Amino acid sequence: MRSLNIALGAATFLLMSGAVPALAEVFGAKETVLDNGMRIVVVENHRAPVVTQMVWYKVGAMDEPPGRSGIAHFLEHMMFKGTDTLEPGEFSAIVARNGGQENAFTSQDYTAYFQSVSSDRLDLVMELEADRMVNLNIAEDQFELERRVVLEERRQRVDSEPSSILSEQVSASLYRNHPYRNPVIGWAHEIETLSIDDAVDFYRTYYAPNNAILVVSGDVDANEVFAMAEKYFGVLDPSEIPERPDYREPPMTVEIEVVYHDPRVRQPSVTMRKLAPSWNTIEDRSETYALEVLSQIIGGGSTSTFYRSLVIDQGVAVNAGGWYDGDGRGPGTIGFYISPADGVSLDEAEAALREEIAKLLTKGVTEFDVERAVIRLQDAAATARDSLSGPAMTIGRALSTGRTLEDIEEWPDRIGAVTVDQVNAAARKYLSAPGEVVSRLLPEGGEKGAGQ
Amino acid sequence: MIPRGTRLLPLILVALVLVLTRPALAEVEVEEVVSPGGIKAWLVRDETVPVTAIEFTFKDGGAGLDPDGREGTANLAASTIDEGAGPYDSQAFQQKLADRSIRISFNAGRDALSGSFYTLNRYRDEALELLRLALTQPRFDSEPVERIRSQIMVGIRQSESDPESVGAKALREAVFGDHPYAEPVNGTEASLAAVTVDDLRTYVKEALTQDRLTIGVVGDIEPDTLGAMLDRVFGDLPETGRADPTPDIEPRIAGGSIVLDMDVPQSTILFAQRGMAIDDPRYYAGMVLNYVLGGGSFNSILTDEIRVKRGLAYSVYSFLHPMDHAALLRGGAATQNARAGETVDLVRQVLTDIRDNGVPADKVEDAKTYLTGSFPLRFTSSSQIASQLDAMQYHDFPIDYFQTRNAQVEAVTQEAVDALAAELLDPQGLLFVIVGRPKGLGG
Repeated sequence: MRSLNIALGAATFLLMSGAVPALAEVFGAKETVLDNGMRIVVVENHRAPVVTQMVWYKVGAMDEPPGRSGIAHFLEHMMFKGTDTLEPGEFSAIVARNGGQENAFTSQDYTAYFQSVSSDRLDLVMELEADRMVNLNIAEDQFELERRVVLEERRQRVDSEPSSILSEQVSASLYRNHPYRNPVIGWAHEIETLSIDDAVDFYRTYYAPNNAILVVSGDVDANEVFAMAEKYFGVLDPSEIPERPDYREPPMTVEIEVVYHDPRVRQPSVTMRKLAPSWNTIEDRSETYALEVLSQIIGGGSTSTFYRSLVIDQGVAVNAGGWYDGDGRGPGTIGFYISPADGVSLDEAEAALREEIAKLLTKGVTEFDVERAVIRLQDAAATARDSLSGPAMTIGRALSTGRTLEDIEEWPDRIGAVTVDQVNAAARKYLSAPGEVVSRLLPEGGEKGAGQ
Repeated sequence: MIPRGTRLLPLILVALVLVLTRPALAEVEVEEVVSPGGIKAWLVRDETVPVTAIEFTFKDGGAGLDPDGREGTANLAASTIDEGAGPYDSQAFQQKLADRSIRISFNAGRDALSGSFYTLNRYRDEALELLRLALTQPRFDSEPVERIRSQIMVGIRQSESDPESVGAKALREAVFGDHPYAEPVNGTEASLAAVTVDDLRTYVKEALTQDRLTIGVVGDIEPDTLGAMLDRVFGDLPETGRADPTPDIEPRIAGGSIVLDMDVPQSTILFAQRGMAIDDPRYYAGMVLNYVLGGGSFNSILTDEIRVKRGLAYSVYSFLHPMDHAALLRGGAATQNARAGETVDLVRQVLTDIRDNGVPADKVEDAKTYLTGSFPLRFTSSSQIASQLDAMQYHDFPIDYFQTRNAQVEAVTQEAVDALAAELLDPQGLLFVIVGRPKGLGG
């Protein structure tokens, strides 16, 4: 609950980018825009008498004022702590009493709230969401209690997990200018100093119908949902959302090494990351589709090229793979990771991984690789509707990071248009660029190349 | 055996359903299909998505069959059964799955082996053939077996430094002593290293048998077609195998706390006491009780006392954990070391209070409306529905469970919950395992 969506591992990125695609004809999504600027999207799915409502705010951790890291996520917690007419916790109590399940999450790019509930209770949860969009009322004592909860959450998610500690430090090195350098949950010393005014300012600035998207998926009629949305959200006044800075990363010209030793580490690993374009930072978007196909080819899974060569054929690793992620509002990343097999040092494993990357750049992927990857990506789109909340997640994420319904609709076709030349050109362009962050996760006292 | 009554039954169910639950759930018709070869499955026909999902379980086919000293056998077999079968080696088999976006996976638990199958209908024939081969002709070639073994080893090593895993292991050992439930399903480094390919073959022969199989299917399939599919995929499995020797146990839990030192800023707290079996007639009252105690997130008393009122933890929870041979009531929380003692005291106090004074009346009603109202949320994906169908058979629930279950929840009374709380909750026999550098214990 009140959970935090930090996609830490490469695997998570891959899963997410694999789940995003979907034929619009498959979703059959319908949309409208209210007069106040709020976008409403409906996916009808009459399999069970239930519905998922999601409200996506186009604001995330990257929009936090300097020195206020964690306020987007902290505010997300406070959104359950009362409005002018609801007591703290009453929102959740009402949803549960009506058989609903709810949650919320904050990322660098967006903040989302959702409920899954019997479809005859949509009216109720929509009224609740509209209420807290404008009527949040936070009490000082509630804020202080929740600060402790957030700090416990940070201890649980970050401090208890060596790979999370490293990952946080890696982001702080990879992004020299973009606010992605700060963790979504915030730095502990800044969470300590956040004030109720910080939360209220952030709320008043960014929580408004014209900065939100409502996505409803389930056993509903689209026109009825539009009318319901008009009734509850249509009456809310839009507000002036400040223009956000267009943060751009300077070219990376250095190699940065981030090393973390922790006695809890039992399996060392090394990861290399480079900055890459995202949908939002590039003019020629065909490159991002080519990189998505590349990601499928090199990505995790026992049939990927990197896994096959390094884990199966050479036997130098217990796990290896690569990823591309370009879904965010900010810069994308492309990277590779390897965990050495017993008896193989981390340096040896890294050398093998680098050789594999070099091979990718000189020989390239094959037309057959591309065909297979495209089919898999399109197949994933064909099953995307076998879920209640999945379509709402996919659509909400895409729309809140700058895409349109049409982009989702045409995704399988655009992926299908990717050629082997495009994949290899994009791989060469971004993988042979100078500059990268190399991170090593090591046991305490373990030498850089100890590997055991 | 001959298919019996598969046509009539759904019609009867529909009639019942219209009376008992919201109309739309009536559309979830469960049909029993028995193949010409005598293999039974429960089917929900669904045309929403062009896929077929099958979830199946071999009861008594889990880690209980692991030979002494070679714990981890079932888990290694489950992890390699889809790494090459019949004419296909590991890479060929995995490539076929990948190229057709077919998902086949196996999972060994303490009591059972479960399998999961998902395919687009356009690849169904090929997919079924791969499932048949995995079940009946797994190769266990040394390359994939050694590769997967080393990956599981990494997991075992990593779990030695993960607070949650370290705590769970200590809890298992304290509660179950020399009973097999104390053993890890993954095995230990030494026991996993000792598992041979012969062990894997023996395990498959003994565990993957028709007499312990339950199957749930969702897809756009006629019962006759499904019957033929069942025979093709499962028909070559042996009729019977080796019984799981795991004895039933009523854990005698000495209350108190076990502290495991780890240099981390937060203490991970796990707790356990006696629980209740899933076929206990009071189980529905138990569901209500657990919801109120710590199963109902922000509506549970534990969350209210520990997170909401005091900000001591991000997550605090409880759950009923009925297994085939024992049952526990378990839970956990994570809090900064300085407040660990206080958190432990609060958990014990909440249990004591509920035992002595019962649960507030409005909480019982809230639990019941949540548990009944959220039930349809279990019917939103093909695999999820298939999994329900499988679980219903595993636990001997009636075929009309989807339609009758909510009435059972609604029938739970305040008196029943209070009586159960007084009898079940056991603050003295409540064991805490705390991993970290906790302060304030024993207060």
